[in-house]
Amino acid sequence: MSKINFATLLIWLVAIVITTVFVFILAEIIVYGLSGLSWSFLVEPPQNAGRSGGIGPIIISTGLILFVAIATAAPLGLATAVLLTEFTPQDSRFGFFVERSIDILAGIPSIVFGLFGNAFFCLYLGLGFSILSGGLTLACMVLPILIRTATEGFRAVPNDYRLAASALGLTRSAALIHLLLPTATPALVAGLLLGIGRAGAETAALIFTSGYVDRMPDSLFDSGRALSIHIYDLSMNVAGGDANANSTALVLIIILFLINSTSISLANQWMHKRVISS
Amino acid sequence: MKKLGQLTILILIAAIVWGYFKPHSDQVAMSIEKLVLTGSSTVAPLVAEIGKRFESLHPNVRVDVQTGGSSRGVTDTRTGLANIGMISRALKKNETDLLSFTIALDGISIIINQSNPVSSLSKQQIIDIYTGKIINWHDVGGNNAPITVVNKAEGRSTLELFLHHFELTNTQVKPHVVIGDNQQGIKTVSGNPNAIAYVSIGAGEYEAEHNIPIKLLPLDGIGASVSNVHNRSFPLSRPLNLITSKQPGGIAKTFIEFARSVQVNDLIEAQYFVPIAN
Amino acid sequence: MSLSQTDKHLTFILRLCALLSAAVILLILIFLLNESLSIFQHVSVSRFINDASWHPQQGLYNITPMLSATILSTVGALILATPLGIASALFSYFYAPKFLATWYRRLIELLAGIPSVVYGLWGLTTLAPLIAQLHPPGVSLLTAILILSLMVLPTVALTVEAAIAAVPASYLQGAMALGLSRWTSIKCIILPAAHSGITSGILLATGRAIGETMAVLMVAGNVVQHPHSLFDSVRTLTANIALEMAYAMGDHRAALFVSGLVLMIMVLLLVFMAAFFKRKPAYV
Repeated sequence: MSKINFATLLIWLVAIVITTVFVFILAEIIVYGLSGLSWSFLVEPPQNAGRSGGIGPIIISTGLILFVAIATAAPLGLATAVLLTEFTPQDSRFGFFVERSIDILAGIPSIVFGLFGNAFFCLYLGLGFSILSGGLTLACMVLPILIRTATEGFRAVPNDYRLAASALGLTRSAALIHLLLPTATPALVAGLLLGIGRAGAETAALIFTSGYVDRMPDSLFDSGRALSIHIYDLSMNVAGGDANANSTALVLIIILFLINSTSISLANQWMHKRVISS
Repeated sequence: MKKLGQLTILILIAAIVWGYFKPHSDQVAMSIEKLVLTGSSTVAPLVAEIGKRFESLHPNVRVDVQTGGSSRGVTDTRTGLANIGMISRALKKNETDLLSFTIALDGISIIINQSNPVSSLSKQQIIDIYTGKIINWHDVGGNNAPITVVNKAEGRSTLELFLHHFELTNTQVKPHVVIGDNQQGIKTVSGNPNAIAYVSIGAGEYEAEHNIPIKLLPLDGIGASVSNVHNRSFPLSRPLNLITSKQPGGIAKTFIEFARSVQVNDLIEAQYFVPIAN
Repeated sequence: MSLSQTDKHLTFILRLCALLSAAVILLILIFLLNESLSIFQHVSVSRFINDASWHPQQGLYNITPMLSATILSTVGALILATPLGIASALFSYFYAPKFLATWYRRLIELLAGIPSVVYGLWGLTTLAPLIAQLHPPGVSLLTAILILSLMVLPTVALTVEAAIAAVPASYLQGAMALGLSRWTSIKCIILPAAHSGITSGILLATGRAIGETMAVLMVAGNVVQHPHSLFDSVRTLTANIALEMAYAMGDHRAALFVSGLVLMIMVLLLVFMAAFFKRKPAYV
């Protein structure tokens, strides 16, 4: 009996400590950043090197970059994960090397991604400093996260499901779409959220790819400053930018929170229609 | 009913995206001239602001400013990726193929924490502190506490000017902390009562005036202030330059002349640099 | 089992996508090699280990202190973040009341999205001065480890929780039917069943910790030296690249890419080691 209490105590303690530290960090951002928030802050362009005005164009740029990144990485990542778990035998060398290359990709530093993105997307493919370059670079960064979590999600689906589908004469594709995907949805969503979070938080990779221009972008080929870069510039490069840096950080966190909530509720809706968990 | 709601949201998003990306008929009529500047992140906020003012005077011009450091400015100007480069130093001996145009001056000052009783340091004392010969503040009239020496990272123009002025090489300097940007140095010194660092005078003066607990030490008896850099009495300063690979013509020439004119003096002062035009 | 036409088409498309994903790392490798090759024409590989120090402006290229900083900060961060992350996942899944669990999970998800710059700033302005009071200079290996663990904690917590959630309910029901206590069923049934997901989470966290640039740049102190204590200022390879790349030209720049290459080789070795030690996930 005492053993359980000790474990319970420890786990509650961990949760409390973690919550305290994180609330502490969030509180600092909220306290210093809340006063700067207003409707005009959200829609106006920045002025005076970002120390006044707002972050309207920057929010739009960030949204576009995130969109490009997820729109590229999600299908690619899902497809790769499905291949690795469903269409490749356990001892396949192809599967082994694909998985290893994804794992190595996960460990590449963000600044190397930025320099690579610059050389490959901006220079070699000729996209220049653009939202597209930034989004594609982020897609490379986020790919391992999506693939890893999706792979785990599929691996955790009980084999009975696959056997039953096969016994019923379903094609692999049909089994995938109607059975495996819905069951693996929680893991897929968890991976997606982690990926979006990572993409939204990324700074070093975007400095050299989507760039520094804080004007409202006219197209995906225009350079656009992301929120994380704006925060970096205001806090580390511009004297007196701290106040707006905090407000911008607050906006970023709120946006991510909204994206997270929407994704979760959408996924729950979709999943509950299709799978009744045993 | 729920499906109707989701459909509405989807249509709304599609409408926003379409309205955002549809070609702007007014822009098709005008031809847009683009000016790309890359280089030092110190100069970038200033040039971005100058660029915005330039755009308001020349509506068919777009000025895109990217960061990446002085070395990127030099490389991109040479390869033609950028029309104009930005560097926070004078051109080096091996850069005679480029032309430079100074747009502002920036002084470099030693800073210490406000709670530190020391009010000035001689040249020899600074050299001894930075080479590790003096390690405690009480040897220079301060408290009995170990000195935390803050140096800048290799390659930075501030470092090179500092070393040149004090006739040191970087291997002789024994730092406890190495920083990148000015703000990092300011935050390090304000958080550590026994730290000593050197930063841009403009940034330092701004923060000191805005209740950040640092103070600027005089150099060779001359007070560290933007006005002393302006009247050229302060011994340690560096030029902020725009560089080109050949004699500038067209819109680049207009821009450089604009950046060196009195029309932008208020922008330069807003960034706490020293204007050169009278 | 022969595949239907649909399945054959699907397999082809999936193979293509997988090749594309795998190609990215190959491209990055080629890029790194291309950028670093120029320095090897007149600087031998051994100089990166044996030179007196790291002062590229004066032709000295010893990267070993930075290598040890990277390894130590990553290992330290993992030692802290792994148990805390697993405990977090267990908390929100087993120990917390439903209402609390949702909000706790939301908190962790939110923290996965905080920019590294914000973590770094908090470390620089709040954590470092606190540690400076214990032992100057405040920005040190310890600060870097603490900030890194904060940053990878959400990764571990979220992936482990997804792994635990995916354990078939029958396992837990069987444990309850056998009369096992909550902790025992967790320790002996759930965690081993989820070990594949847990290992993945740790692997992702390791990748994140090794690759973190901005936050470490702000809190580790950035002095190139082998740390002799937790309170010594250190510079990781990633922070080095970020710090000096902006102003590096020629050989200096190539040397920075060499350190990027070293990082990639390190991750490569780590990944292959992990692959050989990982057991294949067992299906029911």
